Amino acid sequence: MTPAEPRAVSGRATSAEEIAKRRYLESTGRRRFMHFWADFIRRRPLGTAGAVLIIVMLLAAAFANVVAPYDPTAINFPDLLKPPSPEHLLGADNFGRDVFSRVIFGSRTALLVGFSASLIGCTLGLVLGVASAYLGGRTDQIIQRLMDVLLSFPLIVIAIAVVAALGTGEDKIANVIAAITVPIVPRVARVVRSSALSIVQMPYIEATRSVGSGAIRIMFRHIVPNVLAPYLIMLTAFLGQAILLEASLSFLGLGVFEPTASWGLMLRGAGMQFLEQAPWLAIAPGVAISMAVFGFNLFGDSLRDALDPRLRTG
Amino acid sequence: MVLAACTQTAKPPTTTVSPSAAGGEKPVAGGTLTFIVNAEPPSFDGHRETTFALLHPIAPHYSLLYKFDPNDLTKVIPDVAAEQPAVSADKMTVTIKLRQDVKFHDGTGMTSEDVKATYDKIIFPPTGVLSPRAGAYAVVSAVNAPDKYTVEFKLKYPSASFLTNLASPWNFIYSAAKLKADIRFYEKNIMGTGPFMYDGNTKGQDWKGKKNPDYFGKDKDGTKLPYLDAYKALIITDANAGVTAIRSKQAMIEFRGFTPSQRDDLSRSLPNDLAIQEAPWICVNYVVPNTTKKPFDDPRVRRALTLAVDRWAGGEALSKTTIVKDVGGLMRPKGPFAMNDTDLVKIAGFGKDAKANKDAAKKLLADAGVPTLSFKFLNRNIQTPYEPVAVYLIDQWKQVGITATHDVKETSAYQADLRAGTFEVALDFNCDFLDEPDLQLAKFGSASKAGKGLNFAYYDDTKLDGLIDAQSRETDPAKRVKLVGDIERYAMDEMAYQYPVLWWYRIIPYLNTVRGWKIGSNHYTNQDLTTVWLAKK
Amino acid sequence: MRRYIVGRLLLMIPTLIGVAILTFVIMRAVPGDIVALRYAGSSVPQSVIDQERHILGLDKPMWAQFVDWMTSISRLDLGQSLWTGHSVIDEVQVRVPLSIELAVLATLFAVALAIPLGVVAAVRQDTWIDYAIRVFSIGGLAMPSFWIGIMMVLVTLTLWGWAPPVVFTPLFDDPIANLAGLILPAIAVGYRYSAVSMRMTRSTVLEVLREDYVRTARAKGLRESLVVVRHALRNALLPVVTVVSLEFAFLIGGLVVTEQVFNLNGIGKLLVDAVAHRDYPLIQALVLLLAAVFVIVNFVVDMIYVVLDPRIRYA
Repeated sequence: MTPAEPRAVSGRATSAEEIAKRRYLESTGRRRFMHFWADFIRRRPLGTAGAVLIIVMLLAAAFANVVAPYDPTAINFPDLLKPPSPEHLLGADNFGRDVFSRVIFGSRTALLVGFSASLIGCTLGLVLGVASAYLGGRTDQIIQRLMDVLLSFPLIVIAIAVVAALGTGEDKIANVIAAITVPIVPRVARVVRSSALSIVQMPYIEATRSVGSGAIRIMFRHIVPNVLAPYLIMLTAFLGQAILLEASLSFLGLGVFEPTASWGLMLRGAGMQFLEQAPWLAIAPGVAISMAVFGFNLFGDSLRDALDPRLRTG
Repeated sequence: MVLAACTQTAKPPTTTVSPSAAGGEKPVAGGTLTFIVNAEPPSFDGHRETTFALLHPIAPHYSLLYKFDPNDLTKVIPDVAAEQPAVSADKMTVTIKLRQDVKFHDGTGMTSEDVKATYDKIIFPPTGVLSPRAGAYAVVSAVNAPDKYTVEFKLKYPSASFLTNLASPWNFIYSAAKLKADIRFYEKNIMGTGPFMYDGNTKGQDWKGKKNPDYFGKDKDGTKLPYLDAYKALIITDANAGVTAIRSKQAMIEFRGFTPSQRDDLSRSLPNDLAIQEAPWICVNYVVPNTTKKPFDDPRVRRALTLAVDRWAGGEALSKTTIVKDVGGLMRPKGPFAMNDTDLVKIAGFGKDAKANKDAAKKLLADAGVPTLSFKFLNRNIQTPYEPVAVYLIDQWKQVGITATHDVKETSAYQADLRAGTFEVALDFNCDFLDEPDLQLAKFGSASKAGKGLNFAYYDDTKLDGLIDAQSRETDPAKRVKLVGDIERYAMDEMAYQYPVLWWYRIIPYLNTVRGWKIGSNHYTNQDLTTVWLAKK
Repeated sequence: MRRYIVGRLLLMIPTLIGVAILTFVIMRAVPGDIVALRYAGSSVPQSVIDQERHILGLDKPMWAQFVDWMTSISRLDLGQSLWTGHSVIDEVQVRVPLSIELAVLATLFAVALAIPLGVVAAVRQDTWIDYAIRVFSIGGLAMPSFWIGIMMVLVTLTLWGWAPPVVFTPLFDDPIANLAGLILPAIAVGYRYSAVSMRMTRSTVLEVLREDYVRTARAKGLRESLVVVRHALRNALLPVVTVVSLEFAFLIGGLVVTEQVFNLNGIGKLLVDAVAHRDYPLIQALVLLLAAVFVIVNFVVDMIYVVLDPRIRYA
């Protein structure tokens, strides 16, 4: 959001928009930051709504112990399949466990998987994309081929392979995160590469190189900051997708397992089996997933609009 | 004496009264039965496969030597045999006379050569031919065909279970000529003597059979069987899709079993069109501690694991949502070899005082030096009923201070772990087509000998082997039950090697136009559809 | 230009070989054995299992198996399924029409939804219509498609007592039955893919609407709708086509869960079953097939780019 160097703008630098933008760049960093967000909240209600959803989710995950009325794994047969009531806000599942508590704790799994997979995947993709664009030539081609190979691999095969290959790790979640990270990397690398390519061709990069700066220095100090915008946008977008992928994998039986509280797992298990008898078992986690992904997507969407000068209105 | 083993005087499985089981209706010929199978048969050879997914669509094309009576599933009746077998005085030769009116679907007549070729393939498979059940016939030394319609089995010793083993649903009678031309012919082709002829199949989707006009079978009034004109098996793997299919009447019945909630969903949505049959199932899950891994080599720890589980409460609660129900020992509860409840509750883990049992478990763990035992619990990633059973077990163990981490793997990886012995404690399973101790106790033989490939607790115990062998040779049913009881006490309580959790329960909701099919305690036998007919609405 | 095309075509080969090697290695590194799986729960002696593995060629060293497979591929022989014994080609070709049809239907639905909605959202940027459309479209991205599918079946069942036919009828045998079976899954999948395309449409139309030539058209006095359709849309379509085509390529591989839920006998379900069975030849063939589709679609898209936008020329 705060580019380290002035962005090389195109020849048409005289419109009012561009002038206003230069003024932005001239003010101090912190004020810029605050202005940006104030503007964001004011002008982008959808994105703000998304941000609110995300914050709610983060708080629920952080304070799950406090917010959730019951232990999510506490079996309580007398409450088997009870519909929503004051004791069980979202009903109880086929073990008498409180659905509301499981949804709250499920946000932990979702956020853990989402953040980890997205962060690792996007960062790896960023590195590969920038390296590919800058180094060019043979390296570029090889990395491209590798990315193509990964892209064309069906997720199911990756998931089973990762889950089986990582063996009996203490924490099954690591397997799921690893499996989800794999499809993210090539997608990010592709986008970052095409962004970086346009920057690599700029004269000032050539100038820096001729001065004698090392490749890594150039890549990190000059190129990476300028592709941060698409990177951040994809980070939020893939966060949502990662949560969805976890749900799909759990649905196929390749994700986390009982009795862990996870939205995808809740959908697969009780959600599917008791669809008519106890629809709240499917609706609650489905809505939770939707709200989470919604939030991240709305926010990321509006963030992209905010960061892209060409799309500003008025 | 031997014939007594054929006609088991056991209580038949309980069923809810439904139009098809209540007699008095006259069967009507015609119609096509559509039913659901939830997997595709890998190959078409019954001798080679072990999955019900083969039997349900393909069994109607073939006959057996003997089969279970569709009207009384505990009785064995002749199929292509002409009468009950004749056993020699020394009990080492079994002679069977065959029917003379049996024809293969290609018109050729069936003779003793075909039966001999069939059983040679099953019991003495040539190289390159797989016969997973050959071991069940280890008692046979040779199969002979002394004349055109007589078959003779020579035994090495008298066996209590041999005759019912002849009714194994997998022993399709094949044509000797076809086997001679290509021993693997039947893996990809269908050519049998059964009530229905092969009428095409679409991979992954369906299987069709049509009435065999030359079938030898007749019902008790002399009407030619089968009643149906045709059948169609729909391959539907997703359980919910299966329920939807019955609900929208695109399928009439599924021969494996639904969960109680699925049955209730169907009852609610088809109040006037549904019939339900239920029966206890010869399927069970075992908790298997790996005795090669500490601390599971200590019987106290193993016994603590079983004491901690309140099976009675679990059965009651879980039977509302999944396909388990009854508490029993190593033999099916309420079956012919079951231990009665008064004796059962004395065995560790089967008592009714849950609190006392859990306290005893905690004490045992403390004595063994592992009061806060923690281990990985290996399980398959199948929802019904493996997942809920495991969730229940983990919770029960938690209450005595044991931390069991649920280690779920998809079936292939799970199998690999079991066979490699790298797990700590696993949830195993067993399904059989018959209440027969030889079958249900197969997992308990020494891992390096009789129980090889089946006993995943990996113990060797010559005493137990001796007990199992003794009951196998005991031909008096009452004495046999007593011997089996001793085995149960030894294996589950004294040594606490492996123990069942809960026995499964079979629930079959179906459209009530289907008649003439009676539920049994297993999903393997009685699938040739000879007596099934469709009522007109 | 021609050199570029030839170069791209040649580059497909190492990609596909990379996929082949990766699949081969991954699946064999993963524990699980098809023969052991087949006889789970029965007392098959180890010698018999070993014998069967030998017959199937599974006891040869990995490189030997790989060489065998590569040579048979070069003869266009994809081998036999280890599970059913039938040829891989037989197994696959029964299921391909369904998956392709589903992908096409889903894409048609997605495009029919995305383009009009995207245009409207762009033209009415920042109004409540824009917001409503964006929320609606993000719904497609947010809700798990299998959940949408389940909910839809539940609704149609309870409201109208109708469920899609469980048996697939080929299109030319009975178009109505065929479409009846595929319409719900096509919507469930298509809704999701319309989201991506809608956002792309909206942003490219927004971009184009600011171009000089659009301003000129407006200044000329052209009706706004004509401006949008005749000038803006045509130029905005290029990136949209790209996205739609790329998503199509992903679609085929991503149908796995949908096919499971709706019990469709397609390639996705075949792949899941094959992986569960460790049916190596089938898995390898399917993954290669999916990768080939992906790579070819990518190439075609790039070529379409060239055709549609004369300014683009690849060095």
